[in-house]
Amino acid sequence: MDHSATTPVDTLVVDAMLPYFSEMFGNSSSLHSFGMEAAEALSTARKQVADAIGALPEEIIFTSGGTESDNLAIRGVITHNSGKKHVITSVIEHPAVLNTCAFLESLGHEVTYVPVDAEGLIVLSLLERSIRENTVLISVMHANNEVGTIQPIKEIAQIAKKHNIYFHTDAVQSVGKIPVNVDDLGIDMLSLSSHKIHGPKGVGVLYVRKGTIIEPIVFGGNHEKGMRSGTENIPGIVGLGKAMVLAQQRLDTDSKYMQQMRDGIISKIFCSVADVRLNGHPTQRLPNNVNLSFKYVEGESMLMLLDMKGIAVSTGSACSSKSLKASHVLSSLNIEDDYIHGSLRISLGRENTIEDEDYLVESLKETVFRLRMMSPLSSQ
Amino acid sequence: MGIIEDADGVGEIGSTVDGDIINISIKIKDNVIEDVKFKTFGCVVAISTSSMVTNLAKGKTIAEALALTNKDVITALDGLPEGKDRCSGFALDALKRAIEDYQHKNK
Ligand SMILES: Cc1ncc(COP(=O)(O)O)c(C=O)c1O
Repeated sequence: MDHSATTPVDTLVVDAMLPYFSEMFGNSSSLHSFGMEAAEALSTARKQVADAIGALPEEIIFTSGGTESDNLAIRGVITHNSGKKHVITSVIEHPAVLNTCAFLESLGHEVTYVPVDAEGLIVLSLLERSIRENTVLISVMHANNEVGTIQPIKEIAQIAKKHNIYFHTDAVQSVGKIPVNVDDLGIDMLSLSSHKIHGPKGVGVLYVRKGTIIEPIVFGGNHEKGMRSGTENIPGIVGLGKAMVLAQQRLDTDSKYMQQMRDGIISKIFCSVADVRLNGHPTQRLPNNVNLSFKYVEGESMLMLLDMKGIAVSTGSACSSKSLKASHVLSSLNIEDDYIHGSLRISLGRENTIEDEDYLVESLKETVFRLRMMSPLSSQ
Repeated sequence: MGIIEDADGVGEIGSTVDGDIINISIKIKDNVIEDVKFKTFGCVVAISTSSMVTNLAKGKTIAEALALTNKDVITALDGLPEGKDRCSGFALDALKRAIEDYQHKNK
């Protein structure tokens, strides 16, 4: 139940990939028939991805994953020799965005990190007010990987458009969970990653709307129209294409199924455990995300006890070498000290069953009870 | 695990700001730690070292318990994961505070 970290590759995706390892192993740049096979596979996958998000095939750049796509979007818009530029992002972005922004700052550019409210929604008025003369990009994630909050992307895109600024969104967690259409949302650039949607690891996409000017960050043999050089990972790209088709086909069914399970877990835990809170937004929330904080207990100890029961979850409250430290996301949500060290993220996937749900709820109740018995903070 | 209601000494370490809180209570008879219990809020390392410290201290004389080192605790646990040794000393500190508390009360 840690699907926001990664997902198993769907067997249909594996089947689609297999022929491209040893039989059709060509280099898409070669002119002979082996190369043609690879080029054809590449173009099919490009169309599959484009169709799934409402883009044109030529707007798709294959990369090594979500991290590289975020890097390319954010570093790419700041063209060389263009002077001091300003970028706007949020405080709850993934490190792939935050650390890229920090790098830009080290080069002398400026970055504004817009805060979020207690439920993780970006404060739109502050976002608009932080726009400057030299702002070139707004980058705000579609859905947050820890607390699952879904941002008002359409409104942000409109603000960006009004001021003639490019808008990028990291949609790594939202693709396959909620509808993502680049025209409906009004996005200029979008990052997605294959391994979060039952595809292979190490493949991703940056969608770049036609007319958007960015520079590459990797140079070489001019693959991907010069935007991302390097012989393409054909099996991976074929797998991503297939995974996108499946995600699109199953979106309605899967998201309804996961949302039911999500709401079931939340209500069962709230009915049977005292002193618990839901982190993130109650409704503007990924259908597969449950993020709870329990008073009197610590996140990592819950994680370990659940792991012993065969349940994989994650926590935003980890024991580091200096102190018990809450993640940057939880810290931005203004969660009371009593709750911030006891967070647990349960991220569901389509292969989780009703039995899994019951087993999780029972195990979690037991774990919290056990740790509270041990805790000097609880009167239990 | 738990709290000794009529303890002869109690030691507590930590705060919610840093995270971990360890409470150790002891019962002393004829200079020997007859019973010792812990309550811990913290990560698995904090909990397991607390538990191990109480195991090691039980039945020892006060002098023997005061001579316990962090290394004894870690060895008894078969080592700790890398980077997780921060809180390993807390439980021992809590035990020593409990002993000090006892000695203070019985001066
Ligand atoms: C929101 C978000 N962005 C980016 C990434 C990085 O993607 P990848 O693992 O494909 O580099 C992740 C995955 O952890 C993520 O959750």
